[in-house]
Amino acid sequence: MTLLQVKGLGKSYNSETQVLKNVDFEVNAGEFVSIIGPSGAGKSTLLRCINRMVEINEGKVIFDNADVGSLKKKELRKLRTNIGMVFQHYNLVPRLTVIENVLHGRFGYKTTMQGIMGRFTEEEKEHAFMLLKKLGIEDHAYKRCDQLSGGQQQRVGICRALIQEPKLVLCDEPIASLDPNSSKVIMDHLKSITTDMGITCLVNLHQVEVAQDYSDRIIGLRKGEIVFDGPSKLLHEDQINHIYGTELRELITV
Amino acid sequence: MNEKKMRKSRMQTVVFLLIIIIVTYLSAAITEFNFLDGLATIPKALGWMAGNLLITAETLERLPAIMEKLLETIFMSIAATTIAAILSIFLGLMGSKTTKVNNIFSIFARLIASISRNIPVVAWSLILLISFGQNSVTGFLALFVGTLGFLTRAFIESIDEASQDAVEALQATGATYFQIVNKAVIPQSLPQMLSWILFMIETNIRSATLVGILTGTGIGYTFDLYYKSLNYNAVALVTITIVIAVLIIDSISNRIRRVIL
Amino acid sequence: MEAGRTNDLPYIKRTKDGRINIKSGNKIDLVVKWTLIILSILTVMAFFFFNYIGLQWDRAIPETAHNLRVMFLEPALNHFSWGEAFYQVGITVGLGVLATVIGAVIALFLALMAAENLSRPWISKSIRAVVAVIRAVPTVLWVLIFAIAAGLGSEAAVLGMLFHSTAYLVKAFSEAFEEVDAGILEALRATGANWWHVVTHGVLPSTFTYILSWVFLRFEINFGVAVAMGAAAGAGGIGFELFMASGFYFDLREVGFITYAILIIAVVLEIISTQLKNRYFPASTNN
Ligand SMILES: Nc1ncnc2c1ncn2[C@@H]1O[C@H](COP(=O)(O)OP(=O)(O)OP(=O)(O)O)[C@@H](O)[C@H]1O
Ligand SMILES: [Mg+2]
Repeated sequence: MTLLQVKGLGKSYNSETQVLKNVDFEVNAGEFVSIIGPSGAGKSTLLRCINRMVEINEGKVIFDNADVGSLKKKELRKLRTNIGMVFQHYNLVPRLTVIENVLHGRFGYKTTMQGIMGRFTEEEKEHAFMLLKKLGIEDHAYKRCDQLSGGQQQRVGICRALIQEPKLVLCDEPIASLDPNSSKVIMDHLKSITTDMGITCLVNLHQVEVAQDYSDRIIGLRKGEIVFDGPSKLLHEDQINHIYGTELRELITV
Repeated sequence: MNEKKMRKSRMQTVVFLLIIIIVTYLSAAITEFNFLDGLATIPKALGWMAGNLLITAETLERLPAIMEKLLETIFMSIAATTIAAILSIFLGLMGSKTTKVNNIFSIFARLIASISRNIPVVAWSLILLISFGQNSVTGFLALFVGTLGFLTRAFIESIDEASQDAVEALQATGATYFQIVNKAVIPQSLPQMLSWILFMIETNIRSATLVGILTGTGIGYTFDLYYKSLNYNAVALVTITIVIAVLIIDSISNRIRRVIL
Repeated sequence: MEAGRTNDLPYIKRTKDGRINIKSGNKIDLVVKWTLIILSILTVMAFFFFNYIGLQWDRAIPETAHNLRVMFLEPALNHFSWGEAFYQVGITVGLGVLATVIGAVIALFLALMAAENLSRPWISKSIRAVVAVIRAVPTVLWVLIFAIAAGLGSEAAVLGMLFHSTAYLVKAFSEAFEEVDAGILEALRATGANWWHVVTHGVLPSTFTYILSWVFLRFEINFGVAVAMGAAAGAGGIGFELFMASGFYFDLREVGFITYAILIIAVVLEIISTQLKNRYFPASTNN
């Protein structure tokens, strides 16, 4: 079943540079897809077009049969509850407790009043604890987020995305600020989201090997255009060089 | 850093110091300030202070009256600060890059802040005095207006600093504006804001003295009365009570700050 | 939702009525909450302590609105000329410059003695204590006290303003000095440099831009102070004209003109200092 369709997507922030050009791809439910590409290729922009954190200029994004570009404010809110997002810098509220940050993922389902009063149901709280337990950070539930290590904070970020009960999770370089060990923990958890919970994942990555290890399919982005799209097995050195231009070759020779 | 660059930066420093010296000289000329006279004044003034600013037993009798005025001034500062702070939170949210509703409101908030901050508190006092008369409300309003501008600017900075990332994340979950403000922005920036509020209370007690002299209210008025009637012992007593009050409030604020920041 | 479940998970905290807690109940939240509560109570109390002698809200508010309209929409000069106005503004700026520059020079030396990494603990502590007391005395009181001893004039004004300026800058400078990387100082000391060498080659170069920004920031403040001293302590300049226009001639148009003049200069200074600040130091400590 197709969950997400991106058709002829184009995006520019200003008149000079076109950040995304005619991007076309589809993602099926239950897939784990990585997007790789050099810095500035437009990976973050692509992800943010999918939940319309940035406005779409050309083409269409169709998520779960809804045309994302034409949604009204209320509908957009509803759409976003179905799409979780995980960030490079975790984007938590540092002074609040872990459990509060996780529960922030429920706001999309609440009226403004409920959200302001901070009313969460006992089921929601129990769900939050269950997720924390699943990611192995239940002992830190009452700590402030700024007292946690990067890897732990990222797990809080993942919990916040999961408590939305999303169909799709977008991850923008989830391991770019982490050391190799924590990176492995995070990637394992992300992978298990897809395999155990059946939630589709779309992950921006910098490390080609990580993408090859974890994903079913890789999309290579270069200067706003898709230059590779296929199973990870088929991504060979030639294609990698093509995606990264000269940069990677230089990196290897240095 | 290569030698050329270093020589250039040294040149810049020299030019810079020269400009400062010239500006200072011009300032001295226009204000008819004489450095030597100024220098000579210091020992004279200190001597005079040592000789005249003594607290006698007789002045201590005035202490209750002074304390009452001091209390009025402290209350005036606190009330002006907290009420300005409530309004400043709204203006700050409107003005901040991360939480602004639209550009027009943002510019409006910043404009209000800039005008109320940059028109000095003396001007506000004098303007308000004309119609409000010689009472606490005049002083309260004058302090309120200046505080509003200052706190709005400070709050805009605190909000900008505190919460950009989290706001993005909450928008992505489908949270509404008020949920984001209430559950992410405010909790994150509140301690910093509180620190500014405490700073402003302390500043306002000192400003209240000035405002009091101009508008005939609070401890400033008391000071002015004794000053004009040449009762220097009482002047000393008033000064010392102000100093003690400010120091106490300062140390309470510092203690609170140490915990919350 | 029955209270006191027996098979509860150990990492879940519950309130007395059996609900799951999501706040950690830490000291910070508590202090913030109580500070806010106490401030609110004091604010409400304040309105009972005020004196309302001669206050007529129904008259004062429309009148002030009217006055503000006259001031800002019909500014005019009646009692002195444009040339005079420039001269008076010049005096106020001049007072600000003098208090700032002299204050900065004195503060530089005191701050070197007050910085914990450059000085002995007892010297540093005593300078800090003196500075705290000086800061607590309102500037206008210093100016008025100096005016008795030195007579009215720019000397009294500058000297009076100097106290607060210096105290403010000592605090700012010494904090900047203390943030100098200990490694730099150690490296210099290791080469056998004496105190002055360390200061002139290590401390000052690496804090120069901070110092500059603080000095400018203080100048911005001192301009406002100079206006105030003109009005409240007869120190001359545009502040005194403001006082005369509003308190003596009751000429609202002139008050408006003077207010505009002050506003323009203050805004220009603020823009310059914001840019300096953005370029040289992002931290927003202002104390
Ligand atoms: N908000 C914005 N306004 C203007 N230009 C932007 C904005 N965000 C991104 N850009 C530009 O769009 C281009 C693509 O940026 P994007 O962040 O999508 O790249 P990326 O592939 O995620 O890079 P990186 O790996 O460094 O995160 C860049 O040239 C960037 O300068
Ligand atoms: Mg990116």
